[in-house]
Amino acid sequence: MAETVIMPKLGFDMAEGTLVRWVIGEGQPVAKGAVLAEIETDKATVEVESNFAGIVAKHLVAEKDVVPVNTPIAIITQPGEALVKTPLEDAGGGGGKPEASHKEQGSRAVQTEAAQKQEISSQAAAPVKAGGPVKASPIARRLASEKGIDLSAINGSGPGGRVVRRDVESYQPPQAAPAAAPASTLAVTPPRAEPGLAPATAAQPGVERPLSKLRNAIARRMVEAKQQTPHFYITRDYDMAALMALRKQLNGLLPENEKISVNDFIVKAVAMTLKQFPNLNASFAGSQILQHAHINIGVAVAVENGLLTVVCRDADQQGLRQIAVEVKNMAGKAREGKVRPEDIEGSTFSISNLGMYEVEQFAAIINPPEAAILAVGAVQEVPVVRKASGESPAQLVIGTRMKATISVDHRVSDGAEAAQFLQALAGWLENPLKLVL
Amino acid sequence: MPRITMREAISQALWEEMERDPKVFILGEEVGVWGGTYAVTKGFYDHFGEKRVKDTPIAEAAIIGAAIGAAMTGQRPVAELMTINFAFSAMDHIVNEAAKLHYMFAGQFVLPMVIRAVGGGGRQLGATHSQTPDAVFAHFPGLKVVSPGTPEDAKGLLKAAIRSDDPVLFIEHATMYQVRGEVPDGDFVIPIGKSKVQRPGKDVTIVTYSKGLEISLKAAEVLAKEGIEVEIVDLRSLRPLDMEPVIESFKKTNRAVIVEEGWKSYGVGSEVAARIYEQAFDYVDAPVKRVAQKEVPLPYNRTLEQLALPQIADVIQAVKEVL
Repeated sequence: MAETVIMPKLGFDMAEGTLVRWVIGEGQPVAKGAVLAEIETDKATVEVESNFAGIVAKHLVAEKDVVPVNTPIAIITQPGEALVKTPLEDAGGGGGKPEASHKEQGSRAVQTEAAQKQEISSQAAAPVKAGGPVKASPIARRLASEKGIDLSAINGSGPGGRVVRRDVESYQPPQAAPAAAPASTLAVTPPRAEPGLAPATAAQPGVERPLSKLRNAIARRMVEAKQQTPHFYITRDYDMAALMALRKQLNGLLPENEKISVNDFIVKAVAMTLKQFPNLNASFAGSQILQHAHINIGVAVAVENGLLTVVCRDADQQGLRQIAVEVKNMAGKAREGKVRPEDIEGSTFSISNLGMYEVEQFAAIINPPEAAILAVGAVQEVPVVRKASGESPAQLVIGTRMKATISVDHRVSDGAEAAQFLQALAGWLENPLKLVL
Repeated sequence: MPRITMREAISQALWEEMERDPKVFILGEEVGVWGGTYAVTKGFYDHFGEKRVKDTPIAEAAIIGAAIGAAMTGQRPVAELMTINFAFSAMDHIVNEAAKLHYMFAGQFVLPMVIRAVGGGGRQLGATHSQTPDAVFAHFPGLKVVSPGTPEDAKGLLKAAIRSDDPVLFIEHATMYQVRGEVPDGDFVIPIGKSKVQRPGKDVTIVTYSKGLEISLKAAEVLAKEGIEVEIVDLRSLRPLDMEPVIESFKKTNRAVIVEEGWKSYGVGSEVAARIYEQAFDYVDAPVKRVAQKEVPLPYNRTLEQLALPQIADVIQAVKEVL
């Protein structure tokens, strides 16, 4: 029996995905669990595995097409089984590849279940614009028919392009105006010339770059974070001399791929400190604060055109070496655009480290729904005043110091608690042997 | 109006009805000398005496069976089940007798009895003591099923239940006895089978009852701050089910979320959603969403229990999904 592969939903807020590349072509055999295609979600490129064994009879979606989750993307048949014509193809191709001719394999047309045909036709209808059935809510249908509006002329704003009530009510027939406004997209549109805001070099327009999925997700989430989360920031200075010495000693004993970075120490130290401060390992949730049972540290990783946080799970329970290897692996995969959804979901506290760029200090935007994020600067040799003790007077010495800034959701916690957190963190960073125990 | 707790409201209703009608009496486990597992009948034993406040053995079938017999012979028993989970021990009496005798005897008998049962989860009582099987009982014609979400409704509806000549299952939520609300003084009755708009709004209709009302009202406050006005319709009774205010609201909002504490499959939400599609199809602008308990036996572990039960955040998310 023919089986349908759908665009999977990876992550709770994924609404659509881009089919980046077909790995297995039409007519090719596919084993269960084999990688069928690569798709790009909001956050990463991931591989779609086939849940069925058989022959890839048809790709329903072309490469680079964006389709909502659960949309059928391919049909897999059994050897010798002919593909039944789907209503989608009768409708003229739709979102699929119009040029892909329908391959009749032999004359034994096997009737697949009518239900399956219907499912394909109704679900695949979303991207179909001309000729196919229009997806519309019942009230939108009724209002359109009462007003004598052709539903297919309306751009649907509901899920999967469904025409909903507001679309019918706000619909303006394109008779007088030269053309209706194009469907809104999230791509960067050239700034409209508003009085007083026209750029000085209006004659030379800039370059329009469409937002990548990742850029789009970052834009959306950062606006959400900065608009809805009242941030406050606290910075503290850490004496890193002991830690740097210990790191040198440990790395002398470790093979190249297990070497521990300064950030790995910070991940472990933050996780241990969070055990003492469960209120900062939390999320603001309406009328309550959700304190998370696990301490999953998100580590910000710069990738092409954006950044991702890879998640070091239960970091408080992992050894430094495990953390080092795991973060290195995930960061590598993130840079190649091959992370698995579980590598980037579920962090409860994030760390952003710009130390490698010799940044002294900075403040980060909280990664919702977390309650706090730690922004870490470079470990630097700086002049430090050593306090007078006993008979020796105060002295100016060279210290090994690092600054870290915590950004906290003020709905969840307050300045004193955050300051105590930074202080407790010093207890770990400045006594690094405790992190090895 | 005085603000009193759900517990006080239920207690007042029982007390006033027993004062009003000598045929009304209470029976159940620990209802007498102890004053009720949830302290609803505290002081009743001393005031009304052992003939009208009867402690029974731990035998739910016997409690309901005795109540049925008493009702058939002219009394108005109010039987208390310590938790609705124990109603399963009395299932045959409830669904095969109480719900059917009036019909089977062609109306020769009426059954003026109330079964008060404590339902719901959230108190870490484990999978067998935390269920919300309201929909199971609402399935049977012949049995009225009432479950209030406010103290005022609890008092008015319990009085109506006691005065009804039909068997009524009156489900009280275990975590709501301390909920306070305004309750009019003295005698008043709220008719069974009338849904009520508990909060007006224009954007999305939330249909709910009992504990679902509590979390929906809180979700509504959060949503209001974001400019989303939900209208909350409280069913108050599951059988008879009054869809009129629901449909009226839905025709205005075209979007609905149904919030219940029981499991989603074959639940209250399924029934309400089906009726919305049947009665207001041409007003549907988005698929109706259901918020309900995860489909697992309710865990004992506190974190898991809370994860399994519908939460305020779930309601907020569902509302945003239908918008």
